[in-house]
Amino acid sequence: MRAASTRERPTTGSWSLRVPALIGIAFVVVPLVALLARTDWPQLGTHLSSPVVGQSLRLSAVTTSATMMLVWLLGTPLAWLLARSDHPLTAWARAVITVPLVLPPVVGGVALLMAWGRRGVVGGPLEAWFGITVPFTTVAVVMAELFVALPFYVVSVEGAMRGLDRRVDQVAATLGAGPVRTFVHVVVPLVLPGIAAGSALAWARALGEFGATITFAGSFPGRTQTAPLGVYAALEQDPDAALALSVVMLAVSVLVLGGLRSRWLR
Amino acid sequence: MSGLQADLRVRRGEHVVEARLDAPAGVSALLGPNGSGKTTLLLALAGLLHAERARVEVAGRTWAGDGVDLAPARRSVGLVLADPVLFGHLSLLDNVAFGPRSRGMPRRAARDRAREELERVGLGELLRRRPAQVSSGQAQRAALARALATDPDVLLLDEPLSALDPQTRSRTRADLATRLRDYPGVTLLTTHDPLDALTLADRLLFLEDGHLTQTGTPGEVVARPRTPYVASLVGLNLLAGTLVDREGWAVELRPAGGRSAGRLVLAEAPEDAAAGEQVWASVNPAAVALFSRRPQASARNLWLLRVESVTVTGQRARVHLTGDVDLVAEVTLGAVAALDVQRGRELWAAVKATEIHAYPA
Repeated sequence: MRAASTRERPTTGSWSLRVPALIGIAFVVVPLVALLARTDWPQLGTHLSSPVVGQSLRLSAVTTSATMMLVWLLGTPLAWLLARSDHPLTAWARAVITVPLVLPPVVGGVALLMAWGRRGVVGGPLEAWFGITVPFTTVAVVMAELFVALPFYVVSVEGAMRGLDRRVDQVAATLGAGPVRTFVHVVVPLVLPGIAAGSALAWARALGEFGATITFAGSFPGRTQTAPLGVYAALEQDPDAALALSVVMLAVSVLVLGGLRSRWLR
Repeated sequence: MSGLQADLRVRRGEHVVEARLDAPAGVSALLGPNGSGKTTLLLALAGLLHAERARVEVAGRTWAGDGVDLAPARRSVGLVLADPVLFGHLSLLDNVAFGPRSRGMPRRAARDRAREELERVGLGELLRRRPAQVSSGQAQRAALARALATDPDVLLLDEPLSALDPQTRSRTRADLATRLRDYPGVTLLTTHDPLDALTLADRLLFLEDGHLTQTGTPGEVVARPRTPYVASLVGLNLLAGTLVDREGWAVELRPAGGRSAGRLVLAEAPEDAAAGEQVWASVNPAAVALFSRRPQASARNLWLLRVESVTVTGQRARVHLTGDVDLVAEVTLGAVAALDVQRGRELWAAVKATEIHAYPA
């Protein structure tokens, strides 16, 4: 007799493949479960209302929102130019924008300090002529987040834009649409799924930003201490608050990922 | 001055297209084999490709030349490609309204215009549909409506029917013909399908290897093809040679591959050619008679040729023959069976002198 539904025989049926695969999964699952297991669930509300938690969460919300605004505003046109331009400098620009992807974030922080610090290449004149100091301010937090998050967005959106049929923008041009109208009304709507995916990656990267932020902006509660810095600072004095904060970040990340997956990603 | 005058030199990869066009209002079909540069020429006219040398004047306005090189958005042009390339995120109505909106028309007026254009191509019921929700033929008609909604001076159609399945193609061809009749501007249509050209166009332009080789009305082209490609497209045999007057008029055929190709005996002197001139001789394939044994009747143009291939359309077959001359004969299916026509078989081919039409090359 044959089975009611035919199933293909798996080509992966060997324990020498399964064992490493299971170890890999366990390595990721165990810490996440441990985090949830050690969280003081009954008192979660109390811990979350501690000033460190509220302040740092609020700051993270504000700075990552500002970062995403800038990412969209700067990154979307940049991705489009990289996707379509055949200028000799394009390949160069593409290589440069990917550097922060592989750069250790602390090094990024040091680089930002060298540029925008009080004695930095740009920061020096900025302070001398206008009295503006950038480092160790909330603005510096946003700049650090932008530095690490922008490349994620640009690389993923450029991929989506490159996949867009060139004839689409050519037809738009013959219909009388200039480059800006074509970009806003045709290109962006058509690559919206790519933009959503890139935004999720960039936002997650900005939310988790630690190294560049602590180097360039420091960890001043209420001003530059974002949620990850808050977790790190609270871990010694108030571990329960640190755990509560971690759980909130985990929940938000999973929610965003899940929302995107159902809506835009396959 | 109306119409389109252009003198272009465009390089695309290793190919160079160099052509001087003069297209009046009405439909001109640009025909040529694949890779001959038809699409390159259209894209350059639209301003989407950079030309090495370009001079384009439309309805008295200079689009390119004299230091001018208008951006595509500033040329009054409509473009329809083989694929509809509709904007997937917009309804058919908004797709068609996109052009008028881009050219500054208020939203409501643009939508009214779009509705009118869509109704003219029979899509009045599908205004709210997304491109993914209509058939390929409907999408292509919407693309035509979109291109015409800006009232362009020049409409460029690049193989507009080639991506459609045969049934949809003939229906869409009819719709296209109807719509183009009401369009007052210059239409340039590329195709490699002679049916498109003969049913849609007032004038034919042949582009081969980047150069225009023949232009004229369909009637002129069918009567006097001037290149083997043109002749094959209109279904005629074309032989090149020198006109001679020795014991009657004949064409001394240009030798192919070192062999003497012999001569074609003509019934009478050609109207506009003199002895010694290079001429083309066209032979209707239906006038080529085939025999398995040497015929007794004295047709003076007789060759023993070898069958190279046979193609069948309906009740007729086209037999491609090669030998001292290359000829195509069109015979009935009955003849194919009776003569046992197959590749490699040797047959006698005869052409009556009265069926040969010679004219200056």
